[in-house]
Amino acid sequence: MAAYESLFDTLGLRDWCDADKVDAPLSMAQLLAQAQGDDGAVETGGFPFPSLDTLNEACARIGQTRDLTEGLENGFLAIRSELKFVLDPITQPLSWMLDGTLFVFETAPWWVMMPALLLLTWVVSRSRSVTAFVTFVLLFFGFIDHYEVAMQTLAIVFVCTGISVLFGVPIGIGMSKSDTAQRGIVPILDLLQTLPTFVYLIPLIFLFSVTESKLYGIAIILYAIVPVIRLTDLGIRLVDKDVIEAANAFGLTAWQKLTRVELPLALPNIMAGVNQTIMMSLAMVVIASLVSAPGLGVLVLRGIRALDLGVGIVAGLGIVLLAVVLDRVSKAALNRVDTGAKSK
Amino acid sequence: MTVKVAIRGLYKIFGPDDKAMVPLVQGGMDKATLLAQRRHVLGLRDINIDMQAGEITVIMGLSGSGKSTLIRHLNRLIDPTAGEILVDGTDVMSLDADALRRMRQQRMSMVFQKFALLPHKTVLQNAQLPLSVQGADAATQDAEGRKWLARVGLDGFEGRYPAQLSGGMQQRVGIARALTANTDIMLMDEAFSALDPLIRTDMQNLLLELQKELQKTIIFITHDLDEALKLADHLVILKDGAVVQQGEPQGILLKPADPYIEDFVSDINRARVLRVRSVMQPLKADRFDGDVTENANLEDMIALSDGDTGLTFRVMEGDEAVGQLDMKDLVKALVPRVAGEGARQ
Repeated sequence: MAAYESLFDTLGLRDWCDADKVDAPLSMAQLLAQAQGDDGAVETGGFPFPSLDTLNEACARIGQTRDLTEGLENGFLAIRSELKFVLDPITQPLSWMLDGTLFVFETAPWWVMMPALLLLTWVVSRSRSVTAFVTFVLLFFGFIDHYEVAMQTLAIVFVCTGISVLFGVPIGIGMSKSDTAQRGIVPILDLLQTLPTFVYLIPLIFLFSVTESKLYGIAIILYAIVPVIRLTDLGIRLVDKDVIEAANAFGLTAWQKLTRVELPLALPNIMAGVNQTIMMSLAMVVIASLVSAPGLGVLVLRGIRALDLGVGIVAGLGIVLLAVVLDRVSKAALNRVDTGAKSK
Repeated sequence: MTVKVAIRGLYKIFGPDDKAMVPLVQGGMDKATLLAQRRHVLGLRDINIDMQAGEITVIMGLSGSGKSTLIRHLNRLIDPTAGEILVDGTDVMSLDADALRRMRQQRMSMVFQKFALLPHKTVLQNAQLPLSVQGADAATQDAEGRKWLARVGLDGFEGRYPAQLSGGMQQRVGIARALTANTDIMLMDEAFSALDPLIRTDMQNLLLELQKELQKTIIFITHDLDEALKLADHLVILKDGAVVQQGEPQGILLKPADPYIEDFVSDINRARVLRVRSVMQPLKADRFDGDVTENANLEDMIALSDGDTGLTFRVMEGDEAVGQLDMKDLVKALVPRVAGEGARQ
């Protein structure tokens, strides 16, 4: 006798429970009990927690927990084609950008690509030591035949960071202007940051084909956009209230205030956010190799799959080197912006 | 004399239901009771001030007296709970967002206690800000910015950044920025309070010198009575959000309206602040020991008489004799209590 049957009986719900009764699928506990030569008729008695599975035993009308997960999945599958219809065209440019950038990074000969990257490093960092370090790392990648995969990873990081900044900064500005928007967006950001990355790969796999590059692009951007949004919001909120008051007193329009006062003064914080975004997209690009993202992550994955220790370690260290390079270059750029503003 | 800015029946109450509190305050509820019973903070209570064109109106009060709140009502950085603020007869509360912005650009400029310069812009760019906001062409911006920077003594510093300048120089940039806006009204919120005493005196002199030339309507906030007495044409004393006394500064010094102000003025160097015209008597004597101008201060007189209290001077306004100054009256005026009794008799 199931523990809660009497409850449904006293509530007079027995007829409702037993109407169109079909044999519900066995719960995991029942299956286990059967396997152990027990037919589940003997309850341990006592007072079990009224979980969905327990209540289902007492009243067949109440669903089991597995109906819940199944319902979620069916619900998602039901709207899948509509979602795909909307999301596919919107996200298509992302595929083009990723494929195009990958194509450029893969096909440009190394003697064009390396000087171009070094020039970029010099322009944003204006630091000799950082440029020298980047030169060393690029030559090292070439030397150990990891140049091409490193370029693939770099291409993906560039595109995803660019798009994160493109969307993240305006979202951050919006958040800083409205407390309501901030209250609404912060939980979403928390969710994106804490949800295990594999979990949002699953619905993405349902939505897009694994052969499409936007699949991993979206996964990386969702993960990496968070810090640039947070720090843009924070940076603008931290702008000296006196300066904002002065801007108001001299009759600046909202746009003038944003472009002449708030964004320049928030720039150091925004740059710190961009730095974090770069690092997080690099972290995610490795996981995204599970869903066909090319680059160093593929080698790491091969190392794991084939238990090929050497391949895995070299690729892993390659990622670390790339991370250090990206971090140093973006930090150098941040420092330049920071001191440029105050000119002490 | 024309009234440039008039404040009529201004109330400011901070809290969620501020409008409903106005009748209570009008009915006589005080700040502490309002806070305890209704959880609302009384900022300003029934303020009525006329600010004359071309004069410096100084609003003085201790911290928490509501003076900074009051000055922010003039350009509506803070909206009042009740009352009117008339600038050239127009109620600023009736302005929409565009008109308000135009007024802030063209009618009123402001100087801040903490300077509030843009740290990422050069001194020149900071001084040009009001013009660039109004969309003036580059040549005008450059010429005006340089002109006013030179006028406040900062030529040669145009390319520096604010952080490279001392506090006094930063505030000169703040004043140049306000002057570049070319407005008739200048709001100065504790503009010199963050500066050390010598620099402060310099800046006060600079302001008086500029004012002699430009004749702007200046509303100046301070917590320093010496500063207030030095600058004010019209002095308003605020306490707990209400005006305790207002008028010509000499009059307030000689006839303080209540014990609070009496306390305030007791620490003042009266000899330096009081002027001959405030203590002179009608012409009676037929023999004088010399002529003095009505605007000389009492310190000058003590020096002139070499401390001799037996002398009597003739007071001149231009070429006209307007009164006489007995040195005995002068000495009495130096002691607040005696002067007060004299006034009461």
